[in-house]
Amino acid sequence: MHPWERDARFLKKALKKGPPQYNVIVEIACTRSSDQLLGARKAYHSLFNRSIEEDLAFHIKGSERKLLVALVSAYRYEGSKVKEDTARSEAKALLNAINNGDKRKIVEDDEVVTILTARSKPHLKEVYEQYKKLSNKTITEDLEVELLLKEMMECLCTPQTYFTKIFDAALRDNANEGAKKALTRLVATQKGGEIKEVATKFEEQIEERVKGAYKDVLVGVLAKEG
Amino acid sequence: MATIVVPKHFSIQEDAETIRKACEGWGTDEKAIIAVLGHRNAVQRKQIRQAYEDLYQEDLIKRLEKELSGDFERAMYRWILDPADRDAVLANVELRKSSDEHPVLVEISCTRSPEELLCIRRAYHARYKRSLEEEVSDKTKGETRQLLVGLVTAFRYDGDEVNTKLAKSEAEELHEAIKDKKFNHEDVIKILTTRSKMQLQATFNCYREAQGSSIAKNLLTDAKEEYVATLRVAIRCLKDSKKYFEKVLRNSLKRLGTDEDAITRVIVTRAEKDLKDIKEVYQKRNSMPLEEAVDNCTSGDYKDMLLSLLGNEL
Repeated sequence: MHPWERDARFLKKALKKGPPQYNVIVEIACTRSSDQLLGARKAYHSLFNRSIEEDLAFHIKGSERKLLVALVSAYRYEGSKVKEDTARSEAKALLNAINNGDKRKIVEDDEVVTILTARSKPHLKEVYEQYKKLSNKTITEDLEVELLLKEMMECLCTPQTYFTKIFDAALRDNANEGAKKALTRLVATQKGGEIKEVATKFEEQIEERVKGAYKDVLVGVLAKEG
Repeated sequence: MATIVVPKHFSIQEDAETIRKACEGWGTDEKAIIAVLGHRNAVQRKQIRQAYEDLYQEDLIKRLEKELSGDFERAMYRWILDPADRDAVLANVELRKSSDEHPVLVEISCTRSPEELLCIRRAYHARYKRSLEEEVSDKTKGETRQLLVGLVTAFRYDGDEVNTKLAKSEAEELHEAIKDKKFNHEDVIKILTTRSKMQLQATFNCYREAQGSSIAKNLLTDAKEEYVATLRVAIRCLKDSKKYFEKVLRNSLKRLGTDEDAITRVIVTRAEKDLKDIKEVYQKRNSMPLEEAVDNCTSGDYKDMLLSLLGNEL
C-alpha cells in the first residue's frame, strides 16, 4: 500500500475510534513531512470522497477539534531559517498561556493553536529551547495535563522522545494490544534512519521478548542504513 | 474558457530573440513584446524565460522590469510569472497592506481549485521562506484570522457529490448563526472552510429557498466589521466566482478612479481560465463588451496588453 493511502486509512480509523485514538492523528500530522501529509490528504479524498478536515470538523465535538483540524491542514515551511526573537516571544506567549490560563483550556487558546500549527518544525524546536530558558521545565513537562498538546510538542520538537515511549510501552511485560499496534504503525511508516537510533537502545529487549516474523521486522530496522 | 489567442506555429527560440531585440538599444518596442508574450500560455512563457536565459545569460523578468514601467510593467510582471508563483506574490502584496481586510486573499483561496491552492502554498514557501498560513496568522487576528487561515489551508474535496440532507441542515445552521447578528463564527467558519465547493453551493441554494433571499445579501447590513466583510467576499467567491469577478471588474472600470490593480489582477489571473465566461456575464450585466470598457478606461501599452489578453488581435 502506498504510504499516503496507509496514512489516510490510519486517520480514518483513528477518527472512527474516537478520543482515545486522537493521538494517532497527532502522530501522523506531526511526524510526516509537509508533502507526505499533503499526500495523505489527497489519498483521503480518493478513498473517502471527502476531505479529512470535513470529517474531523464534523465528528470531533470536543475542545480539541480546532487544534486537530488545524494540524492536518498545515503545510509547514521546511527550510531551516529561524528567527530567534520571534521564537523567544512565542515561547513567552506559550508560557503565559500555560501559567495563567486554565490548563484544560489551553488546547482551545487561539494563539497557542496558531503558533503550534503554522510554524515550521525548526522554528518550534527553537521555541522549545527558548521555553526551557524561561521556565524551569520543558514545555512538554508543563503540558502534562493536556495529553494531546504534549504529544504534539514531542512529535514536533523531540520526536526521538516520542519514538522511545512507543518502543518502551510495546516491549514491556504487560504491553497491551494498543501499545503493540502503535509500535507496528511506527515501524511501518517511519523511515529506518529516524527510528534506528531509538531501536538500538531496545536491542536487548527485542532479542528477548519478540518472536517470529515481527522480530525479523524489528531486527531489519536495526540493520538498515540510516 | 480561456481568452488568450496562441498562434499555431511559433518558435520559442525566435520568441526569445524577438524580445531581446525589442529591449535592445534606445527605448523599448512594447508592441513587439506584447505580440509575443500576450499570446503564449504559462508553459510557453516559462520556456521562453528559459530560452532567454540560455541565450543571453540574463533573467528575462529582471530585464523587463528595467525596460518597462507603470501599470504596463506591473501587468507584464504578473503575467509572465508561473500561475502559482503569481498568486503567491499577490497574496503577499495583499497581506502587506495595512488594511484589516484582505479580500484578494479570500479571492485567491476561494476561486482557485484545491490543487492550485496547494501549489500556491508551495510557491509561497519557495519565495518567502515561510508558510502562507504563518504569514496570515501574523498579519491578522481574531475571527478574521481564523476564517482566513481556514480558507488558505483548506484542501477541499473536489468531487461533484452533494448530500442534500446535509445541505439543508447546514443552511439552517448558517441561518441560525447569522440572524440577529450574533455570528457564531466557529460554526460558520467550520462549514465554509471544510466543505467541498459543490456541497457549499447546494447549501447556499437551500438557504435561499428557505429564507427567500441570498445569504450574502443577509450579511450586507454590517458592512463595516472586517470579519463580516471577509465572510461576504468568501461566500460570493464560493457561490459564483464568475459573477464575483464581473463585479470586481465593473467596480474597477470607471473613467474616474479606475482601479488598475484590480483590473490587472482579474484579467491576468483569469485569461487562461474562464475570462471568456466572465466576459459574457459582463456583457449581459453592462450591455457593453468588456473590451469596450477596458478601451474607455485605460490607455497606452497597458491597454494594448489587456486587450491582447482579452483575445483581441492588435
